[in-house]
Amino acid sequence: MRRVFVGLLAVIAFVVLWEGYKLVGSPDGTVLFGVRVLPRADDLSMPHLWTVLSRLGDPELAGGSPVWIVVLRACVFTLGITAAGFLAGAVIGLMLAVAMQRFRLVERGLLPYVILSQTVPLVALAPLIAGWSGTITPPWMTVAVIAAYLAFFPVAVGMLRGLQSPSTAGAELMRSYAAGWWRTLVKLRLPASLPYLFPALRLAGAAAVVGAVVGEISTGTRGGIGRLIIEYSREATSDPAKVYTAMLGAAVLGLVVAGMVSLLELPLMRHRRRVEVVTL
Amino acid sequence: MTAVSISGVTKVFNAGRADEVVALSDVDLTVGDGEFVSLIGPSGCGKSTLLRLIADLLSPTSGKVTVAGMPAATARRKQEYGIAFQQSGLFEWRTVQRNVELPLELRGMSKADRRARAREMLDLVGLSDFTGHYPAQLSGGMQQRVAIARALAVSPPLLLMDEPFGALDEMTRERLQTELLAICAQTGAAVVFVTHSISEAVFLSRKVVVMSPRPGRITAAIDVDLPARDEAVRQSQAYFDAVTSVRKALRG
Repeated sequence: MRRVFVGLLAVIAFVVLWEGYKLVGSPDGTVLFGVRVLPRADDLSMPHLWTVLSRLGDPELAGGSPVWIVVLRACVFTLGITAAGFLAGAVIGLMLAVAMQRFRLVERGLLPYVILSQTVPLVALAPLIAGWSGTITPPWMTVAVIAAYLAFFPVAVGMLRGLQSPSTAGAELMRSYAAGWWRTLVKLRLPASLPYLFPALRLAGAAAVVGAVVGEISTGTRGGIGRLIIEYSREATSDPAKVYTAMLGAAVLGLVVAGMVSLLELPLMRHRRRVEVVTL
Repeated sequence: MTAVSISGVTKVFNAGRADEVVALSDVDLTVGDGEFVSLIGPSGCGKSTLLRLIADLLSPTSGKVTVAGMPAATARRKQEYGIAFQQSGLFEWRTVQRNVELPLELRGMSKADRRARAREMLDLVGLSDFTGHYPAQLSGGMQQRVAIARALAVSPPLLLMDEPFGALDEMTRERLQTELLAICAQTGAAVVFVTHSISEAVFLSRKVVVMSPRPGRITAAIDVDLPARDEAVRQSQAYFDAVTSVRKALRG
């Protein structure tokens, strides 16, 4: 109840900020010493929120489906790609974490590359991946690979910390029960890592959405919300509200993914403490 | 037969390096069946190391450790001992009941059997009303009792305890000491008990083994002969005499 209230409050605060700025901001933006420090507040750059909302109900083109249907369809398409990338990324991240926990050598050898993998700019990487896989796999799969590439990282790092979180007493106890590596993993390390896993999965979900959207744009995949943002932004001069509808769609998509992770978390984490998530 | 037999055991950490530490040097120790033996000494005297050697959580650099007539590694694999640490080491995602069931689960005992056995153990430590609670909902003393119940669940002939009451307040600690003795009398288990506290060692043990550091070694083994082990004996002359002789041995 309280969380719903806070969420509503945040939405209201955003509306007040947006419309408030439109009210007082200069239509040409504020320029200081040749640098624009505040954005333009005219209807072309910042359409009224109700314009954006009403645009959702209007047809995309004269006589076409309403925008909200087009955006929704694109979101569902991208959600599919995101889910595929998220799942693949989570599984890969999990396996990497288990391998790194099991073998000190693997951790030392692999962890720097895991971290390095995320410093490569996505826009440079996406065409590369498209080039490798585009010939044999459908385009959506290429995008899913890009999403997975972003999603595996928080899972691998968070899960490694989680697997390493049990105290020495816990590990010694399992050894005293003559439990081998596998049973120690199942009975001790995996359950102990759950408080680390879920924050990591939430980060991975957000990363998968970003990966899917950016991946669609840079590989030119049709049908998703990323493509829609690009298409609509081309019409921004004549129809500024339209591109915001697509962005709204992308934001809702992110929320849906985060919500799904939370749904998974609720039944499993009822009696657990929460830990700070540290990704490095 | 003896519960534990240690002969000529030496343990060196980081052998051959600049930070080499001789944790134990030429240690001999025998614990009879059903005997309660305490290991006492200042920090760094190797008492916890000695306990871990018996538990086969560490291997000796040289010498032999025998538990219940077999090599320590075999005894560990057959779960011939139960162990409890200063931190209760309970799994926070399991209820009290399921924590006690854990060693039985790993033994492959059937669900009904291990449920009954865990109940029995929790009765023994007086926690039958808390089987469905989670560890975080219990006080430190109660958590330690759960840990003891878990250690006893497989009815081991030997109980290894590493300062199990170290983090508890004095009142709780004394109550648990009395309870532990009652439990041991009932189960007939031998106990190796690591502690910092002279009074605790004297009250609990038939034999107090005094250790000294650098290198860790046994300097004295004092037999404690008390007429009874109840609250009254804590005020008796025999008790004070034993405390004094352990203290003297510790000062060396």
